[in-house]
Amino acid sequence: MEKFTIHKGLLVPLDRSNIDTDAIIPKQYLKSVKKSGFGPTLFDDWRYKKAGEPGMDHSQREINQDFVLNQAQYQGASVLIARENFGCGSSREHAVWALTDYGIRSIIAPSYADIFFNNSFKNGLLPVVLGEDIVDQLFKEIDDGYELTIDLEQQKVITPSGEAFAFEVDAFKKHCMLNGLDDIGLTLQHADDIRAYEVKRKQEAPWLMA
Amino acid sequence: MATRTLYDKLWDDHVVRTEADGTALLYIDRHLVHEVTSPQAFEGLRLAGRGLWRTNSILAVPDHNVPTTKQHRGNGTAGIEDPVAKIQIETLNQNCEDFAVEEFLMDDIRQGIVHVIGPEQGATLPGMTVVCGDSHTSTHGAFGALAHGIGTSEVEHVMATQCLIQKKMKNMRVSVQGKVGAGVTAKDIVLAIIGEIGTAGGTGCAIEFAGEAIRDLSIEGRMTVCNMAIEAGARAGMIAVDQTTIDYIEGRPFAPKGEEWSLAVEAWQHLVSDEGAEFDQEVCLDASKIEPQVTWGTSPEMVLPISATVPNPSDESDAVKSSGIQAALDYMGLTAGESIDTISVDKIFIGSCTNSRIEDMREAAQIAKGQTVASNIKLAMVVPGSGLVKQQAEEEGLDKIFIDAGFEWREPGCSMCLAMNADRLESGERCASTSNRNFEGRQGQGGRTHLVSPAMAAAAAIKGHFTDIRDLS
Ligand code: SF4
Repeated sequence: MEKFTIHKGLLVPLDRSNIDTDAIIPKQYLKSVKKSGFGPTLFDDWRYKKAGEPGMDHSQREINQDFVLNQAQYQGASVLIARENFGCGSSREHAVWALTDYGIRSIIAPSYADIFFNNSFKNGLLPVVLGEDIVDQLFKEIDDGYELTIDLEQQKVITPSGEAFAFEVDAFKKHCMLNGLDDIGLTLQHADDIRAYEVKRKQEAPWLMA
Repeated sequence: MATRTLYDKLWDDHVVRTEADGTALLYIDRHLVHEVTSPQAFEGLRLAGRGLWRTNSILAVPDHNVPTTKQHRGNGTAGIEDPVAKIQIETLNQNCEDFAVEEFLMDDIRQGIVHVIGPEQGATLPGMTVVCGDSHTSTHGAFGALAHGIGTSEVEHVMATQCLIQKKMKNMRVSVQGKVGAGVTAKDIVLAIIGEIGTAGGTGCAIEFAGEAIRDLSIEGRMTVCNMAIEAGARAGMIAVDQTTIDYIEGRPFAPKGEEWSLAVEAWQHLVSDEGAEFDQEVCLDASKIEPQVTWGTSPEMVLPISATVPNPSDESDAVKSSGIQAALDYMGLTAGESIDTISVDKIFIGSCTNSRIEDMREAAQIAKGQTVASNIKLAMVVPGSGLVKQQAEEEGLDKIFIDAGFEWREPGCSMCLAMNADRLESGERCASTSNRNFEGRQGQGGRTHLVSPAMAAAAAIKGHFTDIRDLS
C-alpha cells in the first residue's frame, strides 16, 4: 500500500450528500477481475453523456461539461470534498480503486458509510471527517486553484490562507497509512493467538470448527 | 456478570486479541464468496504466496452476473453471452478449484444468491461470525449471528488469517412493538424503519431488531429485515434466537447433527440480549401504524405509505434537503403532490436477496392468482433466490400461477437487483421492485426504481400502477 504522510493537492467540490457506490463506479465495470484501470469510469453516469461499457475507449466518449470533474479548473484534483454519508451502498472496493486510480488521495466529508470508510484505509485513500460547518465553509471558499494540505501525522487540514482544522483518526489505521503497512502481514504475526483461539473454540463449540 | 446485549455476546465470543486502542482481531466462522468481489483477493494471495487459513470455512457461488434465462443456463458457463461476465465466473471457478474451495456451480440446483443459499444450506448458524464481500451480508444476522459485509481487501485478509480487524460498534436496538395489520409485511416494516431513522441512522452501530412484530416474523421475514440494515447505515443487523430460528435450521445439510445438534441448541438459547442490557441508542416503532410502503426517491429513506402523496420540496425548510428532494423528483419523473397510488409502472421485478425466498414467492403468487398482468407492463419477472427455492415453488405450482398471469419465471440469480446481467431497465423506465436499493441507475442507467414488498409488486403488475393491497382482498 502507498504511504500517506502529507499531501498537498487541488480540491474538487462535489456538492451532494449520500453519494453512493453505484454513482462512484457503475456496476458494469465490476466485472473486471483486476484492481486497476477504474479511473476513467469514476462517476461514469455523471461524467459522460451516454452509458459506457467495459472495454470502451473512454477518451473517445462525449463528456458532460456540467459535471465538476470535467471542468478545466479542477483538472489534476487529488482531494475531493462532499456532503454527508459519502460512499453509502455496496461493499464494492472498486469504488475506492476508481477514486485512487483517478488520482484522488483524500476525501473530505462530514460522514462516511462504514464499509467504504474501511476500504479507503486499505488502499491509501484518506477519508477525513470534518464538521458540517467546516465542510460548508470549505465549499464556500473554493476558488480556482484552491489547494489543501492534509497532514496525517499532525491530523490537520490546512487551507491556502493557513487556517488549520484538526481531524480525528483511529490510531491503528493512522499507523498503517503512515507506514504503508499491509495488514495481513501484521495479523499473521499473531498466528499463535489465532491457533490458540481455535483450540479453545473447538472445545466450546465443536460444530463451528468441523 | 454484567448484562450484555446479543451483539456484546457475539463480539466477546470471537475476539482473538485486542490492542490497547480497542482494535481487535475478530475470528470469522463462515466466509461466503461470490464472483464480483473475490478475484482480486485470490490474486492478492497468489502474489504474496499465501494460502487459505481454513478452507472449509468458505462456501462460494456465482450469483451477481449469471444469466437468468433458461437458454443461457446449462452446460456450465458456455451459455453466458457477455464475455466479461463469463471471464469473471470462470475466474471464480478456477480460483475455487486451485484453492480447493467448495463452490456451487452455475448449474447446481443449490446455486443461488449468496445470502439465500447460506441460510438455506444451514451454512449460516446462530452464534457465528459471517462475512462476505457484499454489503447485504447483514441478512444472516436474522439467525442471531454477527454478519458483516466486507470489502475485497478484507476478503483477502479473512482468507489468509480467518480474522477481521475491527473495532467494536455501538449497540442500537430498534423495537417494533405490537402487531402489524393485514397486508403489512417484513419489507414494509424495514422500509418504515429506514424512513424513520434515515439511511445513516445506524452508521457505526450493530442494530438488534426486537419487539413483538419482529418476533412474529418467519425466518424469511427476519432475513428481509436484517438484509436492509445496511440501508439504514448499519453494517450488521441481528435478531435474537428463538424456536423459529432453531426449527428452520434443523436438518439442513451444513447444520450440526446428533449429539452436536443438542449441544448447539443448548448454546444457542443464550443468544439473546440479557434483560436490562444497555443500548447506546434505542428506537421504537408502533407496528399498528405501519402501512404498505413505497419508495418515491433515489435513496431508501425516501419512502412513504401507499396512502401518501409525493412530497413537496418547498415544504422542507433545510435547503440542502429541499434540493435533494427536488433532484430526486426530477430523476424519478414525479410531481410534488401526486398520489403514490396513481403512479404507473413499466416493469416489475420480484427477486433479490431481500425478497426471493419461498415465502416471498407465495406472497406474490397469492396476489397474482387468477389475474392478468396489466397491458401497460412491458415486463414482469419473478426470479427465485436459489435453485431450491425455484424447485419448491414449482412443486407448489407457483410458477404456473405466475406464468398464467403473464409473469416471466426465471432461473436464480441477482438479476435486475443490480442489472449486471441482461436484466435491466432502459432509461426512463419505472419499476416496482422488491430489491433493496433505489439509487440512480441501480437497475440500469436512467432507470427509476420504487422499492416495495412482493405483494405490492405483484399488485402493481396486475393494476399497472401502485395500489394498496389491503383494498384487493
Ligand atoms: S440480490 Fe442484489 S443486493 Fe443482493 S447480493 Fe445480489 S446484487 Fe447484492
